Formats: sequence, structure tokens, C-alpha cells
Amino acid sequence: MTQINVTVDGVSYVDQVEPRLLLVHYLRDVLGKTGTPIGCDTSNCGSCTVLMDGVSVKSCSVLAVQADGTEITTIEGLANGEWHPLQKAFHAEHALQCGYCTPGMILASADLLRDNPNPTDQEIRDGLEGNLCRCTGYENIVRAVRRAAQAGAGQ
Amino acid sequence: MTATTEAPAAETGAPRLRKEDARLVTGQTTWTDNLVLPGMLHMAFVRSPFAHARITSVDLSAAKAMPGVIAAFSGADFGDEQGSLPCAWPVTPDIVIPHHPPMATEEVRYVGEAVAVVIARDRYTAADAVGSVDVSYDPLEPVLDIRTALDEGSPKVHEAGNKSYEWPFGNGDIDAAFAGAPVVIERNYRQQRLIPCAMEPRAVVASWVGDEVTLWSATQIPHVLRFALSAFFGIPEQNIRVIAPDVGGGFGSKLQVCAEEVLALLIARKLGRPVKWTESRSEGNMTVHHGRDQWQRISIAADSDGRLRGLKVDLLADMGAYLMLVTPGVPLLGAFMYPGIYKMDAYSFRCTGVFSTKMPTDAYRGAGRPEATFAIERIMDELAAELGMDPLEIRERNWIKHEEFPYTTVTGALTYDSGNYEAATARAKELFGYDALRAEQAERNARGDSVRLGLGVSTFTEMCGLAPSRVLGSLAYGAGGWEHASIRMLPTGKVEVVTGSSAHGQGHETAWSQIVADELGVPFDDIRVLHGDTQVSPKGMDTYGSRSLAVGGMALVGACDKVVAKAKVIASAMLEAPPESVEFSGGKFRAGGGGQEVAIQDVALATFAAHNLPDGVEPSLDSDCTYDPDNFSFPHGTHLCAVEVDTETGMVKIRSYVAVDDIGKVVNPLIVEGQVHGGIAQGIAQALYEEAVYDDAGNLLTTTLADYLVPSAADLPSYVTDRTESPAANRLGVKGVGEAGTIASTPAVVNAIIDALRPLGIRDITMPCTPERVWRAIETARAGAATSGTSNSDGGAA
Repeated sequence: MTQINVTVDGVSYVDQVEPRLLLVHYLRDVLGKTGTPIGCDTSNCGSCTVLMDGVSVKSCSVLAVQADGTEITTIEGLANGEWHPLQKAFHAEHALQCGYCTPGMILASADLLRDNPNPTDQEIRDGLEGNLCRCTGYENIVRAVRRAAQAGAGQ
Repeated sequence: MTATTEAPAAETGAPRLRKEDARLVTGQTTWTDNLVLPGMLHMAFVRSPFAHARITSVDLSAAKAMPGVIAAFSGADFGDEQGSLPCAWPVTPDIVIPHHPPMATEEVRYVGEAVAVVIARDRYTAADAVGSVDVSYDPLEPVLDIRTALDEGSPKVHEAGNKSYEWPFGNGDIDAAFAGAPVVIERNYRQQRLIPCAMEPRAVVASWVGDEVTLWSATQIPHVLRFALSAFFGIPEQNIRVIAPDVGGGFGSKLQVCAEEVLALLIARKLGRPVKWTESRSEGNMTVHHGRDQWQRISIAADSDGRLRGLKVDLLADMGAYLMLVTPGVPLLGAFMYPGIYKMDAYSFRCTGVFSTKMPTDAYRGAGRPEATFAIERIMDELAAELGMDPLEIRERNWIKHEEFPYTTVTGALTYDSGNYEAATARAKELFGYDALRAEQAERNARGDSVRLGLGVSTFTEMCGLAPSRVLGSLAYGAGGWEHASIRMLPTGKVEVVTGSSAHGQGHETAWSQIVADELGVPFDDIRVLHGDTQVSPKGMDTYGSRSLAVGGMALVGACDKVVAKAKVIASAMLEAPPESVEFSGGKFRAGGGGQEVAIQDVALATFAAHNLPDGVEPSLDSDCTYDPDNFSFPHGTHLCAVEVDTETGMVKIRSYVAVDDIGKVVNPLIVEGQVHGGIAQGIAQALYEEAVYDDAGNLLTTTLADYLVPSAADLPSYVTDRTESPAANRLGVKGVGEAGTIASTPAVVNAIIDALRPLGIRDITMPCTPERVWRAIETARAGAATSGTSNSDGGAA
């Protein structure tokens, strides 16, 4: 067992974890933060995307021990009093159906807009290449990220 | 009929943002894998590494000895109690339905079939223990190609042989239609095996209290599942509660009675503890039922002016190793759709269902209809090329004219209630810029551009709104096709809507609220829709086959009618006016001519108090309705696709995609557009990217999303969508939209690719049209092979 200090959605935790424990299982099974789902185990689908010190990572491919000393933001901690512009935009543009990919898609989009506050549609598509959605065909996801960008989500 | 239909349709047709989204965009979801119960244990399965083998021994001792392991079982440990997984669609009287134990006991017949299970205190320990189970096998010959599986001397999947059934169908004099026809074209098409890949993996939790069990499952069919668990596994129906909490997509893959659901229930009972199982993606790719996998031989006969005379279809359908819930029926859902929107004199169809040592196939978005639509739309293009006609011209010559509806098709079995193929096609052509693109194509072909432009046409229809119970009965299906709804008027005037449909992304909480808001004249926000829990929604047939609105929506309006009729009696007493003089609209009951009115909410409160109800009137407005449609519904549309094919690399790029769909009246255009987008994407995925590939030993090679190419945003185009409208015969005028995009788009894309490459002598490329396959087809054509298309029509791995 290894001790880790992690801040998740603004709350700091000290835990003893198995070195092999995946970050996503730490979030879900140890902390009970089930807003972050698991879609593929091989880092292809991006459902489990969270922000680690502001940068998107696929939490199925990060060990909990690698998160030691970092600040993690999950979908549950993204709203700050009111919904984040990306949450509002995904709702407004009907950019989700079953919603399983949505937490990862929103957090990957947050990182995308941090890098590029005013992306073109093609840059949005390329930037979200690591996040799969089976329901929407992506059209409305692109619209939502564009809308969030216009609302200043990346500023 | 009440006056409600005359009320202004304030909600229906409005682009309401979804009620569901609030929990989904904030992570406040209830996916099955989120569930934690006191004392809950975790299951992990040991699965066969062989496509076909006899199990000689299963040694669980090392696994059982591991710290944290509670129990381990092999198939033999379940004995007779594990029964056989059900097939609800015995399509012929002499169909072979093999015994299908949830866990193999003597023989395994596909890679991934469960042979043992370990139950441990946590998921990591369970996964570790799987590696300590020692299973010995005697390998047997796999059966991997159904085209030779019926040959004398082929190894057998089951003792009874490899044929499950043969289902012939026909109408009209097919021999006369083909005899002496000036043009006869025959083609062989391949519907590759697909993996549904809903983003949420399957998950199940089972918990017993006494002799009552609750099963949470990522399922599309809580009601059907409850019935099946009772009917086939001996648990009294009243003691089973099935809950489908938030479900992350299905596309048919969660329309199943899964081995893992049955085993979870049995194991939780054995151990007296709740158990959970959540599949990994690799496990899912191997053991969630697959889709498609058919070999199609299609022949079409026409006059020299392009008029169709007849159509013959001969299918080989890969059942996989066993028949699951509706496995044998899937190809037959396409049987009636091969003639599509076209008139002709005669039709014949035959499907042979064949076993292989692969994962069973079953319903996948469209289920039979995408396969049928692909074949007819592809061969219509071939016929156009043969006759030197434009693909749209040959279609127009043969399609049913809008003034000819209702129209009984050549199948003799279906009557299309409405449609306007002319209108949808005209609108699609306009949005697409069809004529300008044809001119550009001619110019580029003339100068030998290395990047070829191709235009693909798909004028499709489908049968959905499954289904009239009587028709299902005539096809030997094991259940009805009705849907149920109930309305509970709460004392405060708020409304609970209980629906038997079971949404898993379709937005029923929003759309059903819109319908009820209009029917009852209550605010959208005052309505709560309840579903997906058999204790809350006791009756239903669930969600698949684009049925929820066309069938379940009609159940809703039926229940609303009854609420209004009951309320009218009480309102008339409150208004001191005779019931026949009271009218209802916009949520208000009004006495004839006068200014007196009472709101339905006031009636609800008065009914709750029940102080002054007329004699003999029960103090309740609550009502329910079970609706059985008298026909399918028939959405249609015209999809046009332009592709650029790089003849140097084989790369296909979709340049533009236009979809004009006629799905009847629209309840929520946002939801409809989303369904069309997602459907198109899934159809494009079949055309360009996805294929479940087994190697020569029967191992699935595409077990991860690195190998099975579900497309990303970067792989797909932007879509232009629009609608035309010819209302369906039901009162809501709705048809269904869940599968339309998937049915339409696959042939549109492949037709475009072939249209681009036809000048090079290419007339077919087997899906998925990967760059390698396209490049090889071009190289073969350039090398002067006589029939380029056959060079890569074996459907093998690219």
C-alpha cells in the first residue's frame, strides 16, 4: 500500500492505495465519485476523462499513485455555483443522448478550449478524436463546443 | 373524441431542451455499475479461449483458496437450475434451437463463452482469481464460414447439424417476372459482422431478500427480462423486480436475456449476498451479441426502360453458436423490406439460418432492415448503370407515387399508409446541389482527376413501430407488440406519467412530457415521467425497433383521453352543467357558452377531497391504456452522399451528406435531429470503418476499441438534415426515427464510392470500405481484371 494525497473536486484526501489501483477506480470505488464512468479500459473511448492539474487525462490509464500531489477535477466538480459554460452548451445544443460519454467529452472539451479558446469546427473534431460517442454522430457536440467557446469557456 | 385534440399544440413540435440532461451533464447518474449495496460481492468470469472445444476439467481449488475469494463455480455446479437462455422467435415449426446454458458445461462453441465464475470481495481480487482457475479443453474443429458450413463433411457446431432453419417467402409469379426479362442483374453482397458498442458496458447487480429478488441491469428491456426470468428460470414473476436505471445506449445490444444476468441472479441466491458484474470492453466485444453477418444474393429483373419486373433474394444468415432472444427473426425483419419503395410484379425471398462457432448475432440498430435496404439500393444503382440511367431516374420510374398510398407492396404482407418520395427527393436534391455535383463529376472524370467524386443515393423506407401483435403472432414471435402507459393525476395538479417504454438515451422524459402537456393542458414542468423499473412501471414491452413513440406515445394519449373523460364528469358537477355541455381545451373545462370554467388541476384536488363527487363516481382520475397498433409505421427519406476517393491511396472522404427524412409529425425536433445524426454516423461506420474479425482459429481479433473502429468526430462529416412530412395513420401522426439514419446511410456511402470508381470498372467493394480495400480494388481494376469487384468480395479481414 502506498499513501497518496489528492485533491478531488476541491476536497483533499489522504488514502492508502494498492500501487496498481487505477485512478478511475480510486475515484469511483474509494471516493464514491461515480460521475466518471468507464467505457473501454484501453484509453480509446475517453469516457473516464478527468482533469489532472487542469490537463485532461484518461483516468483508466493513470494509476492512483500517479495522481499523488495533484488536483483532480471530475464532472462533479466542474460547476461553480452555476453550470460550467460547457455543461450549459451541451444541454442547449442537445449534445448528449444516453450521456455516458458526456463527462469525458465535456472535460476533454475544457482542455481543448484551454489550449485553443477559438477553435474551428475541424479543430474541435480533431481535438476530440480521443473521445467516442455512439449516440450523437458528433454534430451537436461540435456545435456545443463552438457555443461554449463563444461564451468564453476557454478564456 | 374529446376536445383535447383541438387544443393549441403548444408543446408538441417545440425544440424543448431535455429534462434528462441535468443529471447527465453533472455526473449525478445512476449507471448500474455505480450501485453499491451492503455486503455486495463482485463476479468475474473465466471464458473460453477456444472457438470450439470439449471441456475436460475445471479446477477451481486454487482460486477458491485465494484471500478475499468467497466462491467459485463451474457450469456443472449450476445443474438444471441454470436452464437454457430463451429464444423468443422460433420462426419455423422445424427450427433447430440448441440448448444454451448460461454457463457451458460440456462444450464451448465460441471464444468468450463463460466456463466458470469467481466471486470475491472486490473487483480486483475477482479478476486475479480468474487467472487461477484451471480449465482443460479438448479442442474441436471450429465452424467459421457459413458458406461451407452446410457442406457434407463440415464440422458441426451442434449435434443436430449446422442448419437452424430455412424460411421461404414469396408473392407473385417470380418465374414469369424473370422469364424473358430484357435485363437481369445478380449481385452478391456481404453484410459484415458488427459489434454494437454501446458506450456503457453491460452491468448487472442482483440482490435477494427472502424469496424476492431485485435485478438492476443495463438493459433496454426490463419488462421482457422480468417475464423471461420467470418463464424460463422458474422464479415466480411477482417476486422479481427488474430495474433499468440510467442506461448508456443500447442499439439493440441490450435487447437480450444475458447469461450474466441469469447467473448473477442464481449466484446471489446461492450466496445470500448481493453480487455485481460489470464487463470490460474486451469482454463486451466478445460476448455482447453481434449484428448483421449475412451473405446476400440478390437478382433483379427489369424491362429495358427500367421498369422493375421482379426481385429474388437468397440469404445466408450467421446465427453464431446459439439462438438468443430474437436471433433467427432478425433477417426476417428485412424480408419484407427488400422491395423498398418500389413497385414490381413478383418477389421471392429465402433465408437460411446457419450456426457457426462465433458469438451469436441478434438485433442491432435497424435489425434486418439495413441489410435489406443496402441490397436493394445497391442493386438499383447497378441497374441504373446497366441501363445508362441516372440513379435517381431509375428510382423515380419505379417508386410508389404519393397519390397511390395506401399501397400494398409486392410482398402482399405490408400496406404502406403514407409517403411522398417525390417531395423528400426533390428537397434532398436541392439541398445537395445534385445537378451541379454531377456536372463537376463529369468534368473531373473527363480530365482524369486522381481524386474521384462520387454521388451516392439512398431512397429508403423501413417498417417500424413494432408491432401489431397479430402480425407478430403470424410470424411466430413469442410476445405481443403493444405498449402501456398510465397517468396519475396528483392532488396538487401535478402529473406522473408511467410508461412501459424504457429509454436509454432517447429522451422520453422530455418528449412524453410534451405530449401529456398538450393532451391535459398542464405545464411541461409539472409532469414527471417514470420508467425502467417494473415495480414503478408494472407493464410494458420496452424500447427497440423505433417503437416507443409510435406505440408508446399512442398509449399515452389513450390514457390522457381517459383522464379527461373521468375529469369531465366531476367538472360538470363542479360547474353545475350537464356533462354533454362541458368542453375541454387548454387544461380547462368550460360549460357550454358560459364564462364558467374549472381547471383540470382544480378537478384533481376536488377528486382527491372527494367531498362532493356525483353519485357512483370513483374518486380517482388515474387512468391507463394499453395500445396495440393496427399497422407498422413506414418512415422514409432520401439520403444523398458525396465522396472524394483518392485513387492513389484508397482514402474515402465524405464531402457532403444530406438527409431528408419523412418521419411524420415531430414531437421534439431537437431529439429527432439528434437521432438522425447518430443513425447516420452508425451507418457510415458500417460502410467505412467497422468489422468484427475472427481469425482462422475463431479468435476475435477486434476485442478493443483500438481494433474495432468506432468512428470519432474526426472521422465523420457534418450532416445537412431536413424533413418532409406525410403523417402516419395514427392519431399523433408519428412514424419513428430511431433507426432511419442507420438504415439509409450505409448504401448512400457505398453507392457514392462505387459511383466514383465505376469509370475505372469497379462495381463493388466489400464493407467496410477501408483505404486498403479501396486501393486494392483500384489496383486490380487497373491491372485489367475482368470483374474488379469480385477480387475482394470474400469479406475477409482487410
